[in-house]
Amino acid sequence: MAELDDAETFETEVDATVHEEARLGFVRRYIFSTDHKVIGIQYILTGLLMAVVGTLLAALIRLQLGWPAHQWTLVGRLLPGGMSDGVMTPEFYLALVTMHGTIMVFFFISYVLVSGFGNYLIPLQVGARDMAYPFLNMLSYWLALVSALVMLGSFFVTGGAAAAGWTSYPPLSAVASAVPGSGWGQTLWILSMALFIASFTMGSLNFVATIFSLRARGMAMMRMPLTVWSFFIAAIVGLLAFPPLTAAAVMLLFDRHFGTSFFLPSGLVVANQLLPHQGGSPLLWQHLFWFLGHPEVYVLILPALGIACDILPVFTRKPPFGYRIQVYCLIAVGALGMVVWGHHMFVSGMSPFSGEYFTLATMLITIPMTIFGVNMMASLWGGRLRVTTPMLFTLGVIALFGSGGLGGLFLGNATADMQLHDTYFVVGHFHFMIGGVTLLGTFAGLYFWFPKMFGRSMSELFGKVHFWLTFIPFFTVFFMQHFLGLQGMPRRYYAFTTYEYLQRTSGQNLIISIAALTLMAAQLVFIANFCWSLRKGRKAEANPWRATTLEWTVDSPPPHGNFGRALPVVHRWPYEYSLEGSDNDYTPQIVSPRQAPVTA
Amino acid sequence: MAEAAQQVLDRWSGGVCPFEAGWRKVMMWAFIITDGLLFAGFLSGYGYARLMSARWPDQAAVFDLRLIALMTFLLISSSATMASAVSAARDEGARRSVTLRWVFLTILGGLSFLGLQAYEWTHVIEAGARLQRNPWGDPLFASYFFLLTGFHGTHVLVGVIVLAILAIRWTKRLAMREGVELAGLYWHFVDLVWVFIFTLFYLV
Repeated sequence: MAELDDAETFETEVDATVHEEARLGFVRRYIFSTDHKVIGIQYILTGLLMAVVGTLLAALIRLQLGWPAHQWTLVGRLLPGGMSDGVMTPEFYLALVTMHGTIMVFFFISYVLVSGFGNYLIPLQVGARDMAYPFLNMLSYWLALVSALVMLGSFFVTGGAAAAGWTSYPPLSAVASAVPGSGWGQTLWILSMALFIASFTMGSLNFVATIFSLRARGMAMMRMPLTVWSFFIAAIVGLLAFPPLTAAAVMLLFDRHFGTSFFLPSGLVVANQLLPHQGGSPLLWQHLFWFLGHPEVYVLILPALGIACDILPVFTRKPPFGYRIQVYCLIAVGALGMVVWGHHMFVSGMSPFSGEYFTLATMLITIPMTIFGVNMMASLWGGRLRVTTPMLFTLGVIALFGSGGLGGLFLGNATADMQLHDTYFVVGHFHFMIGGVTLLGTFAGLYFWFPKMFGRSMSELFGKVHFWLTFIPFFTVFFMQHFLGLQGMPRRYYAFTTYEYLQRTSGQNLIISIAALTLMAAQLVFIANFCWSLRKGRKAEANPWRATTLEWTVDSPPPHGNFGRALPVVHRWPYEYSLEGSDNDYTPQIVSPRQAPVTA
Repeated sequence: MAEAAQQVLDRWSGGVCPFEAGWRKVMMWAFIITDGLLFAGFLSGYGYARLMSARWPDQAAVFDLRLIALMTFLLISSSATMASAVSAARDEGARRSVTLRWVFLTILGGLSFLGLQAYEWTHVIEAGARLQRNPWGDPLFASYFFLLTGFHGTHVLVGVIVLAILAIRWTKRLAMREGVELAGLYWHFVDLVWVFIFTLFYLV
């Protein structure tokens, strides 16, 4: 009975905090809050602000590639450090690509999609009053904020921000004299990542404990919405993959500041000076980094797919195709994703036998991922489509997931990857999947849950305009980058026009730059819509989309403690749409079997 | 049989934690797994370096293995006292001072381990070893020695602090019975990590 006692004490504890919350002042309620909904929204807003920074960095990158050596006097005046006479320095360009990648991957997608939506949705969707350990949750957010501030602060130290790429390969990241960004910028990068990992670990521990222990009565594992499943798998994968990177980061700090040689080989010459290090191997960093780096992409993409799978049934008015198979696919992808990191290292001198193994394992992953994608398409079959803004973005997710996934077939195969490695093909593929699927998934989620979060709806018209102005330029930019890669254009090259064989790609780069700047400008539509709807949007009722999951059974926005006096009791799976024998075309999870038949 | 299966299913159908535990223990286990993977990262780095190294020193020549064996014995004994503390805490009939006594013994075991480790470090440093320098051969030997034992020692120190706080809260009747068990889980984990380090770094 121990666990029942525990559940009861938890109930009383939460009751106490709920009453306390009501009496708390503004600061404790909305700033240092332990309420998962406030924390989720804090994460989302922080992530969106970081996205603005990441976008501006991308704009600078595209200015350089679209118009190489052009003198941008005005921009130069704003950024005297990096482009004093209006022309970017190569060092600044390296810092730009590094920070764009780091900020977008860890501080935008991870914050908004995983931590933001995860915190907001998990307790609401499993029928809990809060996360298992609300205080740890609050700590997780504040560490995340400090981590973001440290990362932003690294722009302003001597030598500028880190410039070793988001992968921080040594020796560039380990030898302080390598490039200006290898100095303080790199140290702050490592410290910020350490804070980020600590914060992410706290968040994930909460996700896992909450989903295991605090599901409402009747919410069996196989009755959880796919969104919750995807957060669950993502949290587990994150918990398993991040610690080795922590270990590697500690070793990198030691190499930088205490003279060890974990990642530095003997006889290394940097800036005409022989370094005293001996015996280490930069390949060790690559292994430890990619042991995190590859699972990390699943941590980011699975929630986007889960959210898409949950939005589809609402706007097709039918259950998703193959719910159980989708769950098994998520689990399979999570497990396989842990053992394929070597496909990022095919050109590192890896033994062909290892290469063969990593190729095969990577190809194996395409099976559950393809099933997942095809099931999403099959979910549209026979549905009564309502093409709202969230639905448009969800369809965009499917489109990008399908076309981006094809690129993965080439990169996961050692033979093809030898040609394509470190070219724009990789950039294009990566942005389709971890840029596009997650970005569109984020927008789908924002438009879909905005009424729940803020009690008002976003404008549909502006939402649709935003979708088309996002999707078309996005597809143009990264589809074309695949072809740049096939023509041999390497990534991270500052002045590609100095190579004769790349000079003919100038026109393509110009088009990409124009499309990219259009894409960025289009986000102003979203920002305007977001801000306007916060104040003036149409008031939203509890269930504006006529959806079935638990969060739609409470007010918009939900009160502290989420569910009033009694926790909900769940009687059915989350996808009872167009049920025969029911008056409505949707049956929420809390409707008892006496009122409508239960299908799963 | 069918009844047992039904019970398992019921446990997973919401309203209760599926394991014989509350969320605290679930969270502790998850934490232990990720923290264990941190050491897995360090240890695999160490294995990589050692495989690549041409002149890895003979550990028996560097360390006094009898001292290390004593340290190992102390730490494993402290695991035993910790287990006794947990079972005393769980037994509602037992006096509270019994738990306290076992926790104290565990703290003592941890502190003496740390003391011996400090002695060992002094010894190695006096012989000329530094993070980046190693008088017996490959410098990475010294780097990994300080990294692995240092990180593990920090974990032991954290464990000692946790146990001290637990002892205070237990006397003030603030600590839950489950709290002793959670601290115990962490303590056993730290010992288990030492078994790996002892085997892989000192013995093999």
